[in-house]
Amino acid sequence: MSEILLQIDGKEVKAKEGMTILEAARSAGISIPTLCHHEKLEPFGGCRLCIVEVEDRGWTKLVVSCVYPAEENLVVRTRSDKVDRIRKMIIELLMAHAPDAFELQDLAKEYGADRDRFEKEASFCIHCGLCVRYCAEVKKKNAVGFVGRGTKKEISFIPEIASKECWDCKECFPLCPTEALQAAYVLTKALFSSRSSS
Amino acid sequence: MPRINSPAELEEFRQGILSKRDPNKPCITLCSGSACHATGSGDVADSLEKEIEKQGLSGEVDIRRTGCHGYCERGPIIVTHPEEISYFQIQPEDVPEILSETIKKKKVVERLLYTDPGTKEKIVHESEIPFYKHQERLVFGSNGSIDPKSIDDYLAIDGYSALAKALCGMTDEQVLEEVKKSNLRGRGGGGFPAGRKWEGSRNDPEPIKYVIVNADEGDPGAYMDRSLLEGNPHSILEGLTLGAYAIGSHEGYIYVRQEYPLAVENVLLAIKTAEEYGFLGKNILGSGFDFIVKVHQGAGAFVCGESTALMTALEGRVGEPRPKYTRSNIKGLWEKPTVLNNVETWANVPLIINKGADWFRQYGTEGSKGTKIFSLVGKIVNTGLVEVPMGTPLKDIIYKIGGGIPGGRKFKAVQTGGPSGGCIPEELLDLEVGFDELTKAGSMMGSGGMIVLDEDTCMVDVARYFIEFLTDESCGKCVPCREGLRQMLKILTNITEGKGREGDIELLEELSETAKEGALCALGKSAPNPFLSTLRYFRDEYEAHIKDQTCPALSCRDLISFYIDPAKCKACMICARKCPAKAIDGGKSKIHIVDQDKCTKCGTCFEVCPPRFGAVTKISGEPVPSPIPEEERIIKKRKKNE
Amino acid sequence: MDNDRIDQIVDKHQAEASSLIQVMLEIQSENNWLPKEALERVSERLEVPLARILHIATFYKAFSLVPKGRHGIHICVGTACHVRGATRILDTVQELTGIQPGETDLDLKFSLETVNCLGCCALGPVMEIDGKTHGKMTTAETADVINNYE
Repeated sequence: MSEILLQIDGKEVKAKEGMTILEAARSAGISIPTLCHHEKLEPFGGCRLCIVEVEDRGWTKLVVSCVYPAEENLVVRTRSDKVDRIRKMIIELLMAHAPDAFELQDLAKEYGADRDRFEKEASFCIHCGLCVRYCAEVKKKNAVGFVGRGTKKEISFIPEIASKECWDCKECFPLCPTEALQAAYVLTKALFSSRSSS
Repeated sequence: MPRINSPAELEEFRQGILSKRDPNKPCITLCSGSACHATGSGDVADSLEKEIEKQGLSGEVDIRRTGCHGYCERGPIIVTHPEEISYFQIQPEDVPEILSETIKKKKVVERLLYTDPGTKEKIVHESEIPFYKHQERLVFGSNGSIDPKSIDDYLAIDGYSALAKALCGMTDEQVLEEVKKSNLRGRGGGGFPAGRKWEGSRNDPEPIKYVIVNADEGDPGAYMDRSLLEGNPHSILEGLTLGAYAIGSHEGYIYVRQEYPLAVENVLLAIKTAEEYGFLGKNILGSGFDFIVKVHQGAGAFVCGESTALMTALEGRVGEPRPKYTRSNIKGLWEKPTVLNNVETWANVPLIINKGADWFRQYGTEGSKGTKIFSLVGKIVNTGLVEVPMGTPLKDIIYKIGGGIPGGRKFKAVQTGGPSGGCIPEELLDLEVGFDELTKAGSMMGSGGMIVLDEDTCMVDVARYFIEFLTDESCGKCVPCREGLRQMLKILTNITEGKGREGDIELLEELSETAKEGALCALGKSAPNPFLSTLRYFRDEYEAHIKDQTCPALSCRDLISFYIDPAKCKACMICARKCPAKAIDGGKSKIHIVDQDKCTKCGTCFEVCPPRFGAVTKISGEPVPSPIPEEERIIKKRKKNE
Repeated sequence: MDNDRIDQIVDKHQAEASSLIQVMLEIQSENNWLPKEALERVSERLEVPLARILHIATFYKAFSLVPKGRHGIHICVGTACHVRGATRILDTVQELTGIQPGETDLDLKFSLETVNCLGCCALGPVMEIDGKTHGKMTTAETADVINNYE
């Protein structure tokens, strides 16, 4: 595989062909915040936290580094006024759902985000998709999935499959940034068993 | 029906059809598009068939049920040929007279003609009516002359001659060059040069390529693609086949929304008959080129109109858009090079190939060539589908063709580009329509929806409406769109309910930046446009809502009160009887008063108060006047001697 | 809906996973809703995870996972109808039927949906019941129209 030379935050970085900007940055010890990224899973591009500025043939644009491929001579800036503003807003929007999530609290400190900027929402889920994707791509059980769309989108355990598979697995529970995933599982289990026993 | 195997056979067959058609034989075309169907054109058709037999005219006059004519405000529409006499708002009861007077005696039925609202002049011929006169109906015009279920009708107007010319007389590269030269830009929203998109796919080494017709037409208020697909499906098939030839694709898809059952029906029939005649399938017209087309129905998701989401839906998944870092004309459907274009874009292609890029370029402006079909709807006298050359001033479309605002109300703005677009105010009405001109003004061309708004429309509510639409239609994958729009909707709803706060506008602007820069796809990136454009031109309305809890347009329910002016009320009891909340107190000769506590602000009283009284008024931003004393409520009858 | 009929529909589309949405549209159209058993059968035949099918069934508006009422009321809330007062029509229908968009009443008489454009903007505001279009609606007329349905 051929080597690609790009510039990240003023630093020369050597990347392998096929790497994303995020992978290239991490290989050079440059950190970019992420929420929905996981080495074992396909890039999702949902949280947009890893957004960076790239300069390509004179044009500056914002792209998500977990998906955008590392290209020869690309100039990348992982921090800027605009990038920081957008990351701050993303954190504040997510904290309306999960204000106590440790990852979000750390990010809030870093970016000066206000956890109470928005009124609290009923649902804890921040839609990072880690549970759904892990169960689909790694365990290949599809016991938990997304339902709905837009502002009504939610995650949902499929009772028939979850009741068989989940208790012996539970590998997705620690992945959840909000730590509320297991509550969702327990609730589903309770509803399903009460239904099937009646 | 034997297959047509060469251009020569096609010409022979075409001449065969034409020779059997007498241009002087009376023919009645009846608009049978979905909208006219909803106003009863089906019943008119039944009546025509019965009456023709009854009056002994069987075999003497043809009936042709065509697609949409475009003048939807005045449907159902009948045009008699060869005289081209146009009759509007036809009911089954009108049919006997049309047959006995116009067909038999060649006399015009005056009461069914178009009447000019200003001069009161009656106009007989379609082409002289202002609505049609100022249009240039290159693409849409054929709708009025063909039955979409008849491939022979399409052949009679030169259909599939472009395909014959291209497959058997031009190389694929020449076809591509002609489309490039024409500078045809996508008619679906993006306005991307079609030729350049095609070239990218053509040059890719991957042998399997796809072409797609995007007939998901999701912009509310836009229905030109529907009318084209319903009314002239073969023109789209021909265009699609030409595109497939140019890029080297052998498989095409038509993605049509299931909310358009007539379009689905007509396009499936068109594909079947095209296959029978040999215009689709193997070795088309003996050229050696193979091409098949499949129809895939949408299942009710606006986001599937976005090209990458559409491709994901074609693959049998939820319509979540993909990042466009690698363009879909290189990696699209099943990761293969895919050319996706809008219905109207494809419909232009046969014309360009037949008449040449130079012919096409004489229409339009430098940056936007050709014509565009707009759906002119909302607060407008002549609602309908309008095709004009690019560069036509907006005010001509709205006033000359559209007939202005009904009810004598004042124009306020025209919303273009659907939920991704913006509002153009009165001071910019001289703007000449074109892709770049509309974008510069803070809106965009979009698919061509043109919604006219008047003084009774609240612009804050317009922004709220579009954001609400998008919160439902967003796929929900990315934070800036799902969460950003969620919060924008809350804030805008609060503003329309009088709960707006200082800092709301600034927060909305911040959320807009996050969506524009951070969202995954064009839906999210353009979602803030309606808000930003209404803020740009109508900031005073936002401030009135927030600072003064007033709705200047007297529209937002929580900010208005209905008040009956005692000086004008004639105690006719109409509003009191119709009020669903029984909130109006009054009696015969007793001036009516609205009980503000019971009033649900439904607006019925405002609707039904006779115009000659006009006693019901709307108030905003000030307290409702106290009710007049009981004694003054009695309307005394004037004695004859007073 | 029995498994034989579902198998017929699946086979018509060559049991291709990419035809999943088309298969579901046919079942929805024939059965008026998508029972879980039907979806489990489709999952088996097309070899597609049930989670994906449920996401599709809840993502696209054409599908319903619960039985629908005898009469489907569709109120157009497209932009053209909106500026001509569709919201008032919707409010009135909600009051008359007691249900919100997306719901079905307890007698399974009415199901209410909002639609984002029926394409007859000249007739706005538009209400469609059982496929019949009622155009140029006013709040005053709405009660009369709704009360006509059994």
